[in-house]
Amino acid sequence: MMVLVTYDVNTETPEGRRRLRQVARECVNYGQRVQNSVFECLVDPAQFAKLKHSLNSIMDKDRDSIRFYYLGANWQNRVEHLGNKTGYDPEGLLVA
Amino acid sequence: MRKLLNTLYVTTPESYLHRDGENVIIKVGSEERFRIPVHNLEGIVCFGYMSASPQLMRLCSDKNVGLSFLTPYGKFLGRVNGRVKGNVLLRRTQYRIADNIEESLDIAKCFIAGKIVNCRIVLGRSIRDHGEVIGYEKIRCADNLLIENLMKIDSCTTPDTLRGIEGNCAKFYFDVLDELILKQKNDFFIRERNRRPPRDNMNSLLSFLYTLLAHDVESALETVGLDPYVGFFHTDRPGRASLALDMMEELRPFIADRLALNLVNLQQVCGDDFLKKEGGGILLTDKGRKSVLAAWQKRKQDEITHPYLDEKIPIGLLPYVQSLLMARYLRGDIDGYPPFFMN
Repeated sequence: MMVLVTYDVNTETPEGRRRLRQVARECVNYGQRVQNSVFECLVDPAQFAKLKHSLNSIMDKDRDSIRFYYLGANWQNRVEHLGNKTGYDPEGLLVA
Repeated sequence: MRKLLNTLYVTTPESYLHRDGENVIIKVGSEERFRIPVHNLEGIVCFGYMSASPQLMRLCSDKNVGLSFLTPYGKFLGRVNGRVKGNVLLRRTQYRIADNIEESLDIAKCFIAGKIVNCRIVLGRSIRDHGEVIGYEKIRCADNLLIENLMKIDSCTTPDTLRGIEGNCAKFYFDVLDELILKQKNDFFIRERNRRPPRDNMNSLLSFLYTLLAHDVESALETVGLDPYVGFFHTDRPGRASLALDMMEELRPFIADRLALNLVNLQQVCGDDFLKKEGGGILLTDKGRKSVLAAWQKRKQDEITHPYLDEKIPIGLLPYVQSLLMARYLRGDIDGYPPFFMN
């Protein structure tokens, strides 16, 4: 399934900036960065549980927020893109 | 059933593949061109002379992602094998059976029967679809010869007789394959099967598809814990993945040959997509390779109902399913190896 992960991490303190880096790194491990704090992750339920668990342990519940949007298996027709940085379709042809 | 994941094809020759966390990264110079989490991938196929970091190789072997290197024209060079996976008992059974002529003959018969039946299905399908435009008589005649040989399989007692049958059938089949090419007759024809190097466009296309299939079959066999180098029909030879070749026999007509015919008949490839080299060999151009890869990836996502499992699977998982069935047979969970037949 495709899950959209977005976050706001408070970066006023050095710890906050550290959390931001950790959250970003964790998201990069599971998905494609489509915008600065927006990730598209094509994961199976087990992988998603792991991702959610690690994000949960990194974040500060009082200062940060993370949102998950579940786009399901037929996510292609739920996503539209305008402008540059089109990204790739992880289920389409991957040629580099 | 397992989910079919994607394959990453790397075609830019100057690329460097490396790892960052769980990501596979493709760099050209110092510029990052592509980045994808490894869990989205089933395999990575590199065309051309690119390099990969040992860390990436480790990631691939840990995550069971096949990493293969091919020449720009699709000739297989090598693949990265991680730790030996799977069950040592299963592999030992495999070796024992491979050493036993009678037992391996039984399995080899299944492969060849599968191949002949699938060749017949390819021919039969064309007759049904385009019976009025193609050389019906010629194909019917080849089909009869195939049936005749198919009948002989059961009674053959030596591996050499079986090889003879296999060779004859391949000849009958490739003799009439030309009739199934309906469009672009001037650019695509097949007089005989030739390779190393292929000497006409159609042979070149087939060779390329067979290499892609070999990559998938070999990865699939390793995934279920079998040794792709020890075969039952093909004899052992250093560097030859005999079991993968065995298993390809039955899968080739359905997966590769039909795709090649479709590509030509639907005019998705054309004569310009091929390049003649000095030695007379014919190779795919960059553009041609890309359209073939696109069609191949798309074909792998098409769903079929597996006749033995009676379960819906994408075509790309066929090598995996057949490997699984082979492993089950070797373990003694099923009485015979069921080759794949598809209508």
